[in-house]
Amino acid sequence: MAFYVVQFLTGLASAASLFLVASGLSIIFGVTRIVNFAHGAFYMIGAYVAFTLTERLSGAFGFWGSIVLAALAVALIGVIVEMVLLRRIYHAPELFQLLATFGLTLMVEDLVVLIWGPDDLVGRRAPGFKGAIDFFGQNIPSYDLFLIVLGPVVLGILWLLFQRTRWGVLVRAATQDRDMVAALGVNQKWLFTSVFAVGVFLAALGGALQIPRDAVHHAMDLRIIVEVFVVVVIGGLGSIVGAFVAAVLVSELNAFGILIFPKISIILVFLVMAVVLIVRPWGLFGKPEAAARKTPGLTVNPWRPLTSNERLASLAALAIAATLPLFAGNYALTVGSEIAIFVIFAVSLHFLMSVGGLASFGHAAYFGLGAYGIAFLAKMAGLPMIVCLLLGPLLGCLGAAVFGFFAVQLSGVYFAMLTLAFAQIVWSIAFQWVNVTGGDNGILGLWPSSWAASPSHFYWLALGVAALVTIALRAMVFSPFGYALRATRDSVLRSEAIGINAKRIQWTAFVIAGTTAGIGGALFAYLKGSVFPDNLGISLSVDALVMVLLGGVETVSGAVIGAIVYKALNIWLVSQTDLSKLVLGGFIMLIVVVFPKGIVGMLEMLAQRRRKSSPPGSPLLAKPIESAE
Amino acid sequence: MSVAPPLLAVEGLTKSYGGIHAVRGVSFSLQAGEILALIGPNGAGKSTCFDMLNGQNKPDSGDVRLRGEEITGRKPREVWRLGVGRTFQITATFATMTVRENVQVALISHGKQLFNLFGSAPKFDRGEAGRLLELVGMGGYADRPCGELAYGDLKRLELAVALANQPKLLLMDEPTAGMAPRERVDLMRLTARIAREKSIGVLFTEHDMDVVFEHADRIIVLNRGTLIAEGSPAEVRGNPQVQAVYLGEGLVYDARHREGAST
Repeated sequence: MAFYVVQFLTGLASAASLFLVASGLSIIFGVTRIVNFAHGAFYMIGAYVAFTLTERLSGAFGFWGSIVLAALAVALIGVIVEMVLLRRIYHAPELFQLLATFGLTLMVEDLVVLIWGPDDLVGRRAPGFKGAIDFFGQNIPSYDLFLIVLGPVVLGILWLLFQRTRWGVLVRAATQDRDMVAALGVNQKWLFTSVFAVGVFLAALGGALQIPRDAVHHAMDLRIIVEVFVVVVIGGLGSIVGAFVAAVLVSELNAFGILIFPKISIILVFLVMAVVLIVRPWGLFGKPEAAARKTPGLTVNPWRPLTSNERLASLAALAIAATLPLFAGNYALTVGSEIAIFVIFAVSLHFLMSVGGLASFGHAAYFGLGAYGIAFLAKMAGLPMIVCLLLGPLLGCLGAAVFGFFAVQLSGVYFAMLTLAFAQIVWSIAFQWVNVTGGDNGILGLWPSSWAASPSHFYWLALGVAALVTIALRAMVFSPFGYALRATRDSVLRSEAIGINAKRIQWTAFVIAGTTAGIGGALFAYLKGSVFPDNLGISLSVDALVMVLLGGVETVSGAVIGAIVYKALNIWLVSQTDLSKLVLGGFIMLIVVVFPKGIVGMLEMLAQRRRKSSPPGSPLLAKPIESAE
Repeated sequence: MSVAPPLLAVEGLTKSYGGIHAVRGVSFSLQAGEILALIGPNGAGKSTCFDMLNGQNKPDSGDVRLRGEEITGRKPREVWRLGVGRTFQITATFATMTVRENVQVALISHGKQLFNLFGSAPKFDRGEAGRLLELVGMGGYADRPCGELAYGDLKRLELAVALANQPKLLLMDEPTAGMAPRERVDLMRLTARIAREKSIGVLFTEHDMDVVFEHADRIIVLNRGTLIAEGSPAEVRGNPQVQAVYLGEGLVYDARHREGAST
């Protein structure tokens, strides 16, 4: 019994940090609508800075002073980031901020290693809380008890801040309707900056407070950010009390999950998250969100099929790509195959995201399912490659059919979070169901049949499939189904009023996208000769998002370019420098700020500007045309 | 003797939100080719009433029949398939698509081609889309992105979209709101002409009394969720109760007072 009590208390102690970080994320999202991917990075910097300060400053005051000082210093960094980076992109397409903060996260991961080195750092114990307390023969670190008390105290302070101060009232008002708050003459710039600062302060404080419990290391950001997303979603976006309750719930699930269901311990929190999202999408303590105001004057170039010239140019580009084996070596061909596979992956997400308006945060699940499908068929059933390639993606299709059914019931950020939860569930299964999937060791020894074994043959295969997939998806954009899908993206209300079953259209799109991703995953399994849980992990999902946004989310096929540029750059950087993440992150941030429409979107804009400068197609001229007709 | 059922028959429609009775026992009917205006002051329950007709909202009780067929509580998309088109108080269109594409989506849906994955949508029923746009005077705008249109043009586009499935009944929630006076007259004349030519029944809500009295064949008046008057424009104009609650601004307080006393 005592053991369970101690386990419970340990869970509560872990909840404290989680709550701090999650409440920060929640506040930032509520006001700025930014899903701050860099929140984990700020948490990590908080821990590193606190480590350094506690080493320098001695004594009890030194330690506690260092913790607070570290959080303040990181909050200052947050202010700079907000002013220099985020301010420029508040009006960029949705999710662009996510891309920017992801770029920032990449940079921070390398910077931290550069400054503090790659090794784990073990921090000092907290003065006054060095020992442990005996509880019926079980030890509880006294620092844990301190954290257990700290959580509710911070909750109380935040509650007072939001209920009793003018600033808090503004934040709550902006969380409900930021346009209205702006219309009332509130200085939004200042409000956003201060909110971001407070959010980052909380994240950094959470990180700093962890140093007496855990070693500081350079991967702690990704580990916490996923958990924090879970907490915020379960608790309800924008709700502080919700963040607290959910942090406790998640921490206890983690603490007891390992004891009671060791086989499915990781899955547990994501299952809870998925159930909450399906039953109550706005979270336990959140409020159903009023539909966001659509920005008027949405500037999107009308989509159109390629002209015959453009079609020729695309075919020429494909033909040139097909000549690669004539002059390139095996390494370049392998890289080329990988890029082609990621083109497939990216266009599949692009179809869902740009055409369907459904940004999936867990698209890698279907890529990975395709890969595992191959592994099962080839290793267990011993089927030949061609059969595997045809059947393997069906696992992706099946996964998309099941998860997609639930996911399309939601929209916007809730859709994103549910897809993330599903992807994490699939990942957990691949990771923990060792008997079938091999767990972390993966499934090895998947080799292509002889007809596709040579690098040049495999390259042609991958390139051909990528071209076919791109053409097919592009054709679908301009098919009646594609129009219907775009219609549901633009206005569900209008779609339903003209007889369109929006959910079924979106579900179909989800299945198409999932199956296509599965095709990419199937080829990837043969390229690498192995399958690992990472093939359906969160970082791969983020890669796909980056590729789509980089290419241009408002374009028809920008993802092709996005995938080529991102993947090529990524592979090249890794081969050239140890600081590839730093360069890549900086590059992503640059793209976001300078070309918010993505690479292809920017090219289209330039082309249109040139066209406009010759015959002015001004609205004023439309009237005479009408009467002439 | 069998009398053909009216195009739209509404019987005892009731809806409350918590303690607020938004609509109480509203009954009326509408014949094919007839233009019926639903008027009433703000908060009278017009929009709630409207939303219950095409399934946007579910009534607590009462029923809605289309040519005798019960359609109460059906989904909007099912009601549409039975031949009911609708426009919204705040226009709902596909902002990133062109004007023509907006109409084509409706035509695709009407032709049950929504799950056609490999056909060509830009060529889909282009002629019919063009005709519909001409009909509402938007022919010159076909290739313009819908997001660029002025508000009055969006209203006309909505009308074209609503006509795409050759409806028997048109529901228009404040069709001329946000339009210039000249545009209002044009749009309502157009609507009236189409209704007569194709024998479409039109039910519309409207705040502009000039529009209402000029174009409606018949008017029903809603106040605080209850139907208080029904008749030709002349009858409704002369109805003292209507004047009291609706037209005579100065008498509103008095009218409420009286109504409160009677209940």
